[in-house]
Amino acid sequence: MVEEIGRTADGNIIINVGPQHPATHGVLHLVITINGETIIKVEPHLGYIHRSIEKMCESLTYRQFIYVTSRMDYLSSHINNHACALCVENGLQVEVPARAQVIRVLMDELTRIASHELWWGAMAMDLGAFTPFFHAFRERETINDIMEETCGARLTMNYMVPGGVMQDIHPNFQQRVKDFIKLYKSKISEYDELVTGNIIFQNRMKGVGYLSPEDAVSFGVSGPPARGSGVSCDTRKTYPYEIYNQLQFDEILETGGDSFARYMVRIREMNQSIKIIEQLIDNIPEGDFQAKTKAVLKLPKGEFLQKVETARGQFGVYIVSEGGTTPYRIKFRSPGFSNLSALDHMARGSKLGDLVAMMGTLDLVIPDIDR
Amino acid sequence: MIDSWLRATFNATWTMVIEMVIAGVCVIGLFAALGLVLVLMERRVAAWIQIRLGPNRVGPGGMLQSLADTLKLLVKEGMTPDGADKFLFNLAPFIAMMVAMLLMAPIAFAKDFQLWDLNIGVLYISAVSSLMVISILMAGWASNNKYSLMGAMRSGAQIVSYELSAGLSILTVVILSGSLNLNEIILSQSDGWWIFKGHIPVIISFVIFIIAVTAETNRAPFDLAEAESELTAGFHTEYSGMKFALFFLAEYINVFIVCAIGATLFLGGWMPFHIGHWEGFNHVMDYIPSSLWFFGKTFFLIFLIMWFRWTFPRLRIDQLLNLEWKYLLPISMFNILLVTVMAILGWYF
Amino acid sequence: MTNEALKEKILQLSPAVSFEEGGQWLTIIVKPAAWHSLAAQLRNDKALFFNFLFCLTCIDWKTHLTMVYHLESVQFRHNIVIKSKLDAADPSIATVSDIWQTANFHEREVYEMFGVNFINHPDLRLLILPDGWENKRPLLKNFEDPVNMIKL
Repeated sequence: MVEEIGRTADGNIIINVGPQHPATHGVLHLVITINGETIIKVEPHLGYIHRSIEKMCESLTYRQFIYVTSRMDYLSSHINNHACALCVENGLQVEVPARAQVIRVLMDELTRIASHELWWGAMAMDLGAFTPFFHAFRERETINDIMEETCGARLTMNYMVPGGVMQDIHPNFQQRVKDFIKLYKSKISEYDELVTGNIIFQNRMKGVGYLSPEDAVSFGVSGPPARGSGVSCDTRKTYPYEIYNQLQFDEILETGGDSFARYMVRIREMNQSIKIIEQLIDNIPEGDFQAKTKAVLKLPKGEFLQKVETARGQFGVYIVSEGGTTPYRIKFRSPGFSNLSALDHMARGSKLGDLVAMMGTLDLVIPDIDR
Repeated sequence: MIDSWLRATFNATWTMVIEMVIAGVCVIGLFAALGLVLVLMERRVAAWIQIRLGPNRVGPGGMLQSLADTLKLLVKEGMTPDGADKFLFNLAPFIAMMVAMLLMAPIAFAKDFQLWDLNIGVLYISAVSSLMVISILMAGWASNNKYSLMGAMRSGAQIVSYELSAGLSILTVVILSGSLNLNEIILSQSDGWWIFKGHIPVIISFVIFIIAVTAETNRAPFDLAEAESELTAGFHTEYSGMKFALFFLAEYINVFIVCAIGATLFLGGWMPFHIGHWEGFNHVMDYIPSSLWFFGKTFFLIFLIMWFRWTFPRLRIDQLLNLEWKYLLPISMFNILLVTVMAILGWYF
Repeated sequence: MTNEALKEKILQLSPAVSFEEGGQWLTIIVKPAAWHSLAAQLRNDKALFFNFLFCLTCIDWKTHLTMVYHLESVQFRHNIVIKSKLDAADPSIATVSDIWQTANFHEREVYEMFGVNFINHPDLRLLILPDGWENKRPLLKNFEDPVNMIKL
């Protein structure tokens, strides 16, 4: 471990951002070496919320372990559950009913919007504007209400199970989603007026935390941060799962590579999610919401990997099965962990105030990084 | 009035002592009342902008919320960190408070209601208000905390820079009215406030003044000294209890004072809204009490500054200094030139 | 590129590798000693161009450890899986953090969780575990923590 207090040998100051710090939104601990206001080095110390989910899953059955994954990236718990369910289905060779597939995609996209809303508010708050946080929560709350009605939970959903979804959608679901789309479309212009067009905001974001496409790929950065650098990596397009290859939507790419590009990717991505929801909400096919599966699931011997696109990037579930009822080894490739590794590279040489803009646009969720 | 009555009753020395006591009690009372009102107002304005309710439990409509908060802060333990320079650490909040109190002296709250009718009131205010930075530097240094120190250094750079623009924009009004006395400046606006009489140059200097004083009082978007998401709480990270409350109170009092000065210089202080020689209209306006005019204008400016805070993101330190040295200062210098020419040629109403 | 084409191409680069059948993607088994040079070739070859290290992890097979690397090419959209069986007594393999920078963090995680020694790693310290957890290797199958672990 490095010396966490005092100074380095050449007179630079070391400060600890976190584990309790307003900008880290959780228990991330960054040991930062600074010279005046200029950042020399950023070194993350992780593990403050490490629950060893991978080890835990080794003693949980294939039905049980999905519940734990909601606790990793709690802002896109549906998508985490989805990845695990897909991975198990892939091993079992189960055909998921069409209705369940559509419901899953709807839930994923609602989750993505909710996650981006929260990111938008929290990032603006990091930059010193408190008001956007409340405006973002106004819309996000609507999504949470929709989720609560159908899944019975607001944060850790546990709605997707191997073979389909836990239960059918609530009768009000379609109407409320349509109401939400109407609300969202009437409010999205406020976002641009309040934040995107603001001159202070643009100055804080443009040219800050530049990440070249080569570096983005080399650091394993995925999701909106990579697409902000112009790297095409939307798993929904490149390795389509579920019904994404039948849907009309665009992969958002920006070429700036700076914080503003990453910001714009997320803002534009929300509109694409709305587009997907609009395509599906009136076309939920009738039928079963869950395939018939055995009570005790046993995956055949082998290795299964499933990649999905969460709100933060590529999430991967890697299951090694020995043929038993529990996974022999499970590995979660969390997007936040790889995205965080690029932070040091991005932050060197910039001002301390820029660090929050970079952390904000990387959209770090600490339980996702620590697992 | 009180002065003459006292002089008739007691001898000179006693008069002075009693006057000082009255002034002290008035200032401290005003201080406490203003603090409570402004904190409540800030929270209400914030809630209104952020589509929520704000304090509404304690007392009617949440009126007693800030009183309850003060009570809480009073009974909290005021901790002094081990590594801190104890004397300076404890002194800093009182200096902040004293500076704010001193600034109260020359302000005219209503017609003929002024603690100290100083003939160099404007100069006094610019001089004393720059003492504020000492308390912040002291707090930052004595806390022995890197966040505090960085906040203090930022604040030092910021206040010293923006002092220039604020001073220059005040100077435009001084040039036009030809006096440093606050009362005379107010009286010179009896046929219209300077912001209307002085055309565009005064409007420019008014805008610069508002920007500069927002920065000088460390309010968002210039709250780099506190910069919650970067420096946790900046220079007052280590403060708790009543010492923190003093800083907090001093901030709000400073906001009130700079807004009061802004109202005095540009919006006529307690002077009612007069238009040139429309005697009838001016007469009607005079029926509204002068204190109402003063507080109305001041609170309007305070609202403006709160509005900024809840709308804008924070600037970065280099952008902040760029804004001052590359934009505001050259503009205000050119503006001064313009106003001087205008004053000489009499191009104002 | 299809799996067959990839297989041919990789055999040209390094004839010493063997292949494992039956996975989703082409699975290559490589000796730890040969891994670093193969990795550099995979990354830099114009036709393969595996520039994205999706994930790297380790599996404890009780008798030995196996390193698993998932590589992807962002340009060509092909994937391979690399496996390398490590010596049980002294699990060590060359680092690839000079080829894919993301490996830096992932290798530190594997180091503290499995005790794999990454040769030439620039900064092989604990990343997630707190001080005092050196050489405890919590993700190994034989790890027992009487305080924090609950047996189901």
